[in-house]
Amino acid sequence: MFMWIIKRDLLLAIRRQSDVLTTLFFFIIVVSLFPLSVGPEMNMLRTMAPGVVWVAALLASMLSLGRMFSNDYLDGTLEQMLLSPQSLSLLVLGKALAHWLVTGVPLVLMAPVLGIQYDLPVEALFVLTTALLLGTPVLSLIGAIGAALTLGLRGGGVLVSLLVLPLYIPVLIFGAGAVEANMAGVGFDAHLSLIGAFLLVSLVFAPWAAASSLRVSLE
Amino acid sequence: MLQGISLACVRGDRELFKDINFSLEAGGLMQVRGPNGSGKTSLLRMLCGLSNPAAGEILWSGTSIRSLSGDYFAVMTYIGHLSGTKDDLTVIENLRISSALAGFEINDAQASEALEYMGLGGREALPVKVLSQGQRRRVALARLLVCKTALWILDEPLVALDVMAVKLIQELLEQHLKQDGMVVMTTHQEIDLMAASTTQLHLA
Repeated sequence: MFMWIIKRDLLLAIRRQSDVLTTLFFFIIVVSLFPLSVGPEMNMLRTMAPGVVWVAALLASMLSLGRMFSNDYLDGTLEQMLLSPQSLSLLVLGKALAHWLVTGVPLVLMAPVLGIQYDLPVEALFVLTTALLLGTPVLSLIGAIGAALTLGLRGGGVLVSLLVLPLYIPVLIFGAGAVEANMAGVGFDAHLSLIGAFLLVSLVFAPWAAASSLRVSLE
Repeated sequence: MLQGISLACVRGDRELFKDINFSLEAGGLMQVRGPNGSGKTSLLRMLCGLSNPAAGEILWSGTSIRSLSGDYFAVMTYIGHLSGTKDDLTVIENLRISSALAGFEINDAQASEALEYMGLGGREALPVKVLSQGQRRRVALARLLVCKTALWILDEPLVALDVMAVKLIQELLEQHLKQDGMVVMTTHQEIDLMAASTTQLHLA
C-alpha cells in the first residue's frame, strides 16, 4: 500500500515532467544568479555559498508544496485515501517521500555542481551535499503539514510559506552551519547529527500531524 | 448492521437536517431523497466517516464508526461526486491503484475483466483525461467490481451514464444486494431495484 502511493506519485511526476523541472531550474537559476550579481570575489563567494544554496533549496522545495495534496483534493483521490483501511499517516509519509524523491533528490544531486561556482573546496562540497541529503527530507515532511493545513483555502500558497518557512529555520541554520564549520576547520559532525535528529523527529511527528490536518481540511 | 441515531447536520448557522434515524440490515437498500441542498451529500459523507455529525451517532454492527475507523473503511466503498481518478494515469492504472489503496490489490487481468464488464474494453491504456464524463464515471464505478466490500455508499452513481450503463449498474447493485450486501445511494433518476428491504429516507 505504502509502495503503491509512492509508485503512483512517481508515475504522475513522470507524466508531468514540467512540475519537476520547474523546481530544479528554479534552484539552479537562483543559485547561479548570486555569483553573477556579486562578482568574482572568491572569498566573499565562499562565505555566502552555504547560505545561498540552502535558502534556494528551501524556496524551491516550497514552490511545489501547494501541489502536494491540492491535485488529489480536486479530483477526489484524497477522499479515497482518507477512506483507505490503511493508516492515513502512512499514506502521508508515502506522499512526503515521493515529494522528496521528485523535488529534493534532484537538488541534492545538483548542489555539488552548483557549489563549484562559489569556489568551494571539495570537502566543503561533500559536507554541503550530505547536509542537503539529510535536510531536504525534513523540508518535505514539515511542508506536508503546511500543505495539509492550507488545503482548499484561497491564497493558500502565500499562507503555506508563512506557516512553513519559520519551521524550516532550524534546518537552515544547521545545514548552512555545517558547511561553514567545515571551512573554518572545526568539526561539522554536531551540525549533521542535529539535522539527523530533526529528520527522525519529523519522520515520526510530521505524517501524523499532516494526517490530522487533512481530516480537518476535508470535513 | 448500519444504524443512524438522531443524526443532525449543521452547515454554518443553518441546520440542514436533524433527528434522522434509520437502520439498514444485510441485503437492504436505502435511497436518500430530497431536493437540491437538502443535505444528501452531507449525510453520505457522514455515513462514510469523512465528516462528523453535529449530533447523533452512526453505528456499524453496534459499534460507533469513529472508533472502528480502519476496520470500517475495510468493509465500505464510497463513490462520491468526484470520480477519484487521476487524469494523467491510464484507465487500468487508475483502477489498480485506487483498489490497492482501498485494500484490494488486483492484477492486470482482474482489472481488465472489470473494465471489460463496465464497457471500457480496449480503452485500458488510454489516459483518463481523454475519456468522456460518462466513461470516467464507469472507471470510478468499476471499483465496485473489484473491491469486495459489504457496504456501498454511492452519491449520484447514475449521473452522466447512458441507458446501457444504467442497466449495468442496476444489475450490479441487485447482485450485490442479493449477496447480502448493503447499498446507500442518492439519485434523482428513477431506478427500480429488487432488494430484500428498501428504505426511503426523505430529507426536507
